[in-house]
Amino acid sequence: MTFWQYLEAKGPYLLTTLLGGWPQTAIVAIGSLLFALIFGLAVALVRLSAWRPLRWPAIAYIEFFRGTPALVQLFVIYFGLPDIGLSPTPLQAAIVGLGMNGAAYLAEIYRAGIESIHRGQMEAALALGLTPGKAMQHIVLPQAVRTMLPPITSFAIVLLKDTSIVFSVGVVEIMALARNLVTETLHSAAVYLIAGLLYLCMTIPMSRLAARLERQRQAWQ
Amino acid sequence: MTPLLRVVDLHKSFGELTVLDGISLDVERGQKVSIIGPSGSGKTTLLRCVNYLEKPTSGHIYIDGTLIGEKEVGGRYVHLSDRELAKERADIGFVFQRFNLFPHLTALGNVTIAPQKVLGLTREAAEARGREMLQKVGLGHKIDQYPERLSGGQQQRVAIARALAMQPKLMLFDEATSALDPELIGEVLRVMRQLAEEGSTMVIVTHEIQFAGEVSDRVIFMDHGKIVEEGPPAQVLSNPQLPRTREFLKHIQDR
Amino acid sequence: MSKLPQIYAENIHRWLPELLWFALTTLKIALVSFALAVLVGLAFALLRTSRIVLLRGLATAYIETARGLPIVVLLYIVYFVPPQLFPGINWQWFTDFTGAVLGLGLHGGAILAEVFRSGIEALHKGQREAAVSLGMTPAQSMTYIILPQATRIVLPPVANYAIGLLKDTSLCSLIGVNEIMNDAKSIAFADYQPMAVFVLVAVIYFVMSYPLSLIVRVLERRLAVSR
Repeated sequence: MTFWQYLEAKGPYLLTTLLGGWPQTAIVAIGSLLFALIFGLAVALVRLSAWRPLRWPAIAYIEFFRGTPALVQLFVIYFGLPDIGLSPTPLQAAIVGLGMNGAAYLAEIYRAGIESIHRGQMEAALALGLTPGKAMQHIVLPQAVRTMLPPITSFAIVLLKDTSIVFSVGVVEIMALARNLVTETLHSAAVYLIAGLLYLCMTIPMSRLAARLERQRQAWQ
Repeated sequence: MTPLLRVVDLHKSFGELTVLDGISLDVERGQKVSIIGPSGSGKTTLLRCVNYLEKPTSGHIYIDGTLIGEKEVGGRYVHLSDRELAKERADIGFVFQRFNLFPHLTALGNVTIAPQKVLGLTREAAEARGREMLQKVGLGHKIDQYPERLSGGQQQRVAIARALAMQPKLMLFDEATSALDPELIGEVLRVMRQLAEEGSTMVIVTHEIQFAGEVSDRVIFMDHGKIVEEGPPAQVLSNPQLPRTREFLKHIQDR
Repeated sequence: MSKLPQIYAENIHRWLPELLWFALTTLKIALVSFALAVLVGLAFALLRTSRIVLLRGLATAYIETARGLPIVVLLYIVYFVPPQLFPGINWQWFTDFTGAVLGLGLHGGAILAEVFRSGIEALHKGQREAAVSLGMTPAQSMTYIILPQATRIVLPPVANYAIGLLKDTSLCSLIGVNEIMNDAKSIAFADYQPMAVFVLVAVIYFVMSYPLSLIVRVLERRLAVSR
């Protein structure tokens, strides 16, 4: 059987099997995104805190998590934590691992966003009599959010693609099912190409959205 | 005597917008012609057509009697590619409003790169010529500086030296002082005046009416893509014949 | 956790040399992939600016596909698909190392193609106009004026890509390449010390990548000033 004949015959079966991995992919993606958004904000605020000594742990965290591969971080959490008594499930390890990795990147996006708005706007707010806290809340952060939307969307796409590594700690998402299918059918070409197509169907529309958001941001500036 | 520059019935449109609506003019060797007019009148586009930075929609341009920018192919005229245009452009010097100096080269580097790469001069010959040109514009002491270290006026003077180093037949100035702070305009005008006195053929698009009057043999007033009035400065600037010219000059004077 | 120093004291003399040996493989993969990515990136950046619509479209399709796929998926496709689609050819030379380098290089090429293209476009139109009005041909203006400046612009993003590439080599372990991650896994499970070993591996990666990121930061500052 040629490749194309095989595709016609088994294609639908492969596709539906692989789509079965989509819920786990989505859970890991959304879970780690939320984790990263919240934890990243915390790290960013510590990074920007007025009290200098407090900044160093945040800086160390950011440098370390950005300077080491996500795969290693995943392995430390899933295979390493049991050494000290914690036993995360594959899903927990995936969400926390990708989440902590993402938090480091988002912390820098937050910082850049806040700093890009900061000075002149803050000065104007203070000149009007607002306290620094209120100025941050009502003037700086709302604008910063608009600036940060494109890079955060780009980051979300990266996170979605990163879910493809979590099969290595046992999460049964698309790539895990793909590898199972290959063992079962021995037809790696069809399986991996269809898996690739699945990912493209998710990432390409998101990239278009991110590009549109970026153009809108340019227009605002 | 064949004019050095002859423009015949030039038209230029950008899509629906007509910017040049039938321009014809002659510039003799050694003449200085100033072009004045409101923004949008097409004066910059006219200048950019002369060295084919813009390709005319119709009309022809002749330098020293030779047709430039086009070749005849089977009875029709076809625009030359940028590669073919290079040779013709080497004979025309162009000074930009925003200088467009090459930031990765020193002043001397800016002035010598084209003589070397286009005219084939050796490095020594190009540098000798470059030093001479930079001296001429008063920047002999700045030859090793990068553009970012130079003031606007100095940068524009380097740009003029860069164009002169190619020993062009014709010098085109596209609002050479419009992007400069007021205190820096004088030093550039001084260089342009010096070139004029030395006999260069110059076409100057400018807002500096007084300068145009002092330096030009002819002044052309353009509006809406057409030449409205032209003649010696004494006439066009001091005693304009047409109401539109008068209105424009009054408006400029009031600034 | 508190046992870590003791664990390292007992084992590091065995673990470290072996891990560092495989770190060399990691560096090798990174270097070759980087070279390939630069070449592929330049080629596709030029294709993207081509006048022929078909070439432009193909280049765009390639770039969007390679960037839209996760690296792991691309690695699996590059390594497993060709031998199956073309069984007639002798694939013995196509080792997992080769597949990994090819996959990383193709992915990187798509990323760098965009970096190179926007680097060239970032240059003010006036630079090209000044060059041609002095009589330079388009080729000359590209060689002496555009490219020297564009190189300065793309250096920081290219260096940033290199750092990411170094970390991405860890994904090659998932298609079986014998680099530091796979070695770490075997040591970790042989000696029952996953936490200690993987943290050590993380430190090794950090030591490789941090100096690079410091250099990038210096580069970014220097090159920003001289414009």
